[in-house]
Amino acid sequence: MLELKNIEFSAVDDGNNIGIIKNISLELGDNKFIAITGPNGGGKSSLAKIIAGIYKNTGGQIIFDGVDITEKSITDRARMGIGFAFQQPVRFKGMTVIDLLRIAAGKNLSVSEACEYLSEVGLCAKDYIDREVNASLSGGELKRIEIATILARDVKLAIFDEPEAGIDLWSFNNLIRIFEKMRDSDKNRTIIVISHQERILNIADEIVVIADGNVVKHEEGAKILPELMGGDYMKNICKKLD
Amino acid sequence: MADLDAVQKRLLAEVADLHDIPEGAYNLRANGQSVGRSTTANIDIQTKTEKSGIDIRVKSGTKNESIHIPVVLSESGLKETVYNDFFIGEDCDVLIVAGCGIDNCGSQDSQHDGIHRFYVGKNSKIRYVEKHYGSGDGSGQRILNPVTEVYMEEGSTVEMEMVQIKGVDSTNRTTIAELKKDAKLVVRERLMTHGKQQAYSIYKVELNEDGSSADVVSRSVARDDSYQKFDACIVGSAACTGHTECDSIIMDNGRILAVPSLEANHIDAALVHEAAIGKIAGEQLIKLMTLGLTESEAEEQIINGFLK
Repeated sequence: MLELKNIEFSAVDDGNNIGIIKNISLELGDNKFIAITGPNGGGKSSLAKIIAGIYKNTGGQIIFDGVDITEKSITDRARMGIGFAFQQPVRFKGMTVIDLLRIAAGKNLSVSEACEYLSEVGLCAKDYIDREVNASLSGGELKRIEIATILARDVKLAIFDEPEAGIDLWSFNNLIRIFEKMRDSDKNRTIIVISHQERILNIADEIVVIADGNVVKHEEGAKILPELMGGDYMKNICKKLD
Repeated sequence: MADLDAVQKRLLAEVADLHDIPEGAYNLRANGQSVGRSTTANIDIQTKTEKSGIDIRVKSGTKNESIHIPVVLSESGLKETVYNDFFIGEDCDVLIVAGCGIDNCGSQDSQHDGIHRFYVGKNSKIRYVEKHYGSGDGSGQRILNPVTEVYMEEGSTVEMEMVQIKGVDSTNRTTIAELKKDAKLVVRERLMTHGKQQAYSIYKVELNEDGSSADVVSRSVARDDSYQKFDACIVGSAACTGHTECDSIIMDNGRILAVPSLEANHIDAALVHEAAIGKIAGEQLIKLMTLGLTESEAEEQIINGFLK
């Protein structure tokens, strides 16, 4: 499904070349739920953005379903079936929730189809469908709409960058349910979730730990989880969500 | 309608969403001449005798009727100034659709200056929609200089929607309004300029009596080498509320000058203005590209939403 070969990513800051991702190779199979975790600043989000094409890797190769996509644009990768949910969803003045869902679906979704996606993320559809995706929506509402845009797309690979950030406990439970449902569907899709939350890691088939720009561990969830528990970057849902 | 050619019909569809003869009262002007008119029991339209234009009179108590007064110009080099006066009685509720479409394939400038005056009676409610549109690939300019004057009696409401999205080379729009007790004015302006177009939009709203309110909101996009100036002044001389907002996107070498201003002449006048100008945020483009749009499709969607 997805193969990362010797990925490197560096950025220039203040004249200094800083290696954010030093050398990452990963092979992710079909129909898997993969959690990527690790300390902040370790390169998790950068890696997710490199897969989606938002950041351009400075070295290495990305193979998606047998095709080398290293040189492909964000648009091309999206059309090949890669979906990306932002940690900080973007606001659009004037564009309504249904407009955004229609763009995501790539077709003129009916109101009732759009409502289904919104109900999935726990939003009362009729209150939201014509709302503008602007500053009048709370961070939690935007985050749920962001997730709905991924549901509206028929993606083969869905990447969620810290989906739990900024949402309340109720939405969090709902989020777990969405991931389980996405995984259980027979679409053969792979889901990558960047997260610090135990509950998300709990349902992962595989867990990848990234620290300091390298893969520290990549194993089956059940094997690796006990030793991660209680680690300093691991969070329990009963503690404050951030 | 039989007198209209294909170009004129297309212009009419753009500015008034009209594909056929409108319901209710209408006056249709093409290339400087009135080519169709209909009145109703409650709405009368008369040609002015002293100058070019029409008087529209709406009887008190007229509800749920519409008046269409579109203008189309397809002849290069035609310049006209037209005076249209609306006398709206009391307790009315009417829709007025104006608009001007110019198609200029020639080398001479075509210009339509429409001066619209509204006298709105007590407790009447008016919705006024005005669209401007230009087309044609001639070197002659397409020029529209509308002047709108609104005089609002006690308890009246006027909602104005002004749209100019394409093809008008030069426009200088002036809107003035005077409001009495409890009168309410709402203006929604949407403007897009491209090429070397210039657009000036000037508002002066006077809130003269207690309980009056105004909300003037402009959203605009300036692309290519175009220039816009938005100058909105709200004057509060009583216990009133006023809000003006100019929100703009600039692209390419577009330039915008926003001059919102407020004048309070009364201790209970509550006036607010906001203005924001900026380019399309890179993260907005990226988000839409991750949904499968190309960069230019993303830009188009963002602008469409913004100007909706």
